Amino acid sequence: MEIVDKVVQDEPMARVQLARHDKRPYALDFIERIFTDFHELHGDRKFMDDAAMVCGMARFHGQPVVVISHQKGRDVKERQARNFGMPKPDGYRKALRIMQLADKFNRPVFTLIDTPGAYPGIDAEERGQAEAIAVNLREMSRLKVPVIVTITGEGGSGGALAIGVGDSINILENGVYSVITPEGCAAILWKDAAMASRAASSLKLIATDLLKLGIVDAIIPEPEGGAHADWDEAARLLDHALQESLKRSQSHSVEERLEMRYRKFRLMGAVDGKL
Amino acid sequence: MSWFKRQTEKIGEIAPPEERTVKTEGIFVKCDNEDCGATIYRKDLKENLNVCPTCGHHFRITAKERLHMLFDDGQYEERDSGIAPTDPLHFVDNSPYLDRLKKAQKATGLLDALVTGKGKLAGHEVVICAMEFNFIGGSMGSVVGEKITLAIEYCVEKRLPLIIVSCSGGARMQEGTLSLMQMAKISAALARLDDAGLPYISLLTNPTTGGVTASYAMLGDLNIAEPGAIIGFAGARVIEQTIRQKLPKGFQRSEFLLEHGMLDAVIDRRELRGFLADALAFTESNH
Ligand SMILES: [Zn+2]
Repeated sequence: MEIVDKVVQDEPMARVQLARHDKRPYALDFIERIFTDFHELHGDRKFMDDAAMVCGMARFHGQPVVVISHQKGRDVKERQARNFGMPKPDGYRKALRIMQLADKFNRPVFTLIDTPGAYPGIDAEERGQAEAIAVNLREMSRLKVPVIVTITGEGGSGGALAIGVGDSINILENGVYSVITPEGCAAILWKDAAMASRAASSLKLIATDLLKLGIVDAIIPEPEGGAHADWDEAARLLDHALQESLKRSQSHSVEERLEMRYRKFRLMGAVDGKL
Repeated sequence: MSWFKRQTEKIGEIAPPEERTVKTEGIFVKCDNEDCGATIYRKDLKENLNVCPTCGHHFRITAKERLHMLFDDGQYEERDSGIAPTDPLHFVDNSPYLDRLKKAQKATGLLDALVTGKGKLAGHEVVICAMEFNFIGGSMGSVVGEKITLAIEYCVEKRLPLIIVSCSGGARMQEGTLSLMQMAKISAALARLDDAGLPYISLLTNPTTGGVTASYAMLGDLNIAEPGAIIGFAGARVIEQTIRQKLPKGFQRSEFLLEHGMLDAVIDRRELRGFLADALAFTESNH
């Protein structure tokens, strides 16, 4: 019995580790396997091009679309160049610029989430990290085109949600989505980052819990052992789910789609004695 | 330890509910600003809207004091007061979440960290939501998200202007990803308020950080702040650990944000009602 409890408690942290696995397919690995004619579009037209956020136009089974994604680096040099997948405000503003481009030309938006969080730094604060995230949340809610969101790895708090408002919210089997990292939570509650495993369990951040809480719509299976074990198969499974999500979103009128997107988030939360 | 220092350390974390800025006993109060430290006659402090007459330091006030201060004659009708929190995650902590909630409810007399009032400000009918910092650091969970969303939807329905007074350490950890989703829920409702052409004034007070800043607090048609308030996305400690440098003086204070173009204005509490009256008159064409 004790062993079973221990396994249950450790499962979330094991998933967190899989979500962060250094061989896990990142956005560009999925993009090259799922989309064709991908052209990256750079910069926020205000300050800089943030390499932690990759955006571009592409074709999805022949259909013109845009892809918006966090991007982590594979080796030391690329990791630094990608800022470990932590965008600055400029990255979020670029993402919004490209999503609004898609909206203008009536092209669906796919977002792929995989970030430890928005970058915490002096420059990010100076240029309005909070404002950039906030504006994305508001504007994504009123994009007229289909918006298909998938958490492929780490869904790190506001930095993840800033490209996470859509019609379908999918998560890969070993993806996680949380208001704070397990380490951050443990440091605050127990003043001990070593309690991260316990925090991971408390936070209910794994796919099956998120589905129960009504935060995600679907769990996308991964190859045996995890997505890192077979990138092609992981991409095939993701592709299949994206087709389903897009078909569903495209079957609705713009008005229906906007109303359903609003309702989806409107119903999230748990309160007593409502009205 | 000074009040400012304690706030700096706490930013981005959930502060304990026991924290009270204005001490409730004695006739005299010592100014929280360590560079001032003036001894203030309590009655004078209150008459001065809890702003130190010597240095202008803004003491933190409760949500109900805020509503009383802003509405004409302190009169308002509370809305959605029966909405209470639950423990959707059965959150395991060193102190169970339900116990934390009970303690905070007892300390504040509120069910959660936000009070919504409807009334008049300089004759303009308006809805004001005020956050209560003494309730688990003003953290935003499902109840805060629901009450703000209901307030926005009510404003859309009745064509009323909205003011939100933020005072919060951010999203509430104990409700996990559900807290995070309140950011999206409220922001989507604000899009509808905007589509309806109705005004939203965001007032940021000390502190406003994390997920609250990264959603509704930064989405006002006007974003204004009280002087000296800590306002930011990431906590100072997290930033220091990430960049391994000391932060510049005045970092993440209202004046810093004003300088960097993130605020329309920094308004002294004693000028606040006058500013809001003019702002509501300016937007009145659409109410
Ligand atoms: Zn003073």
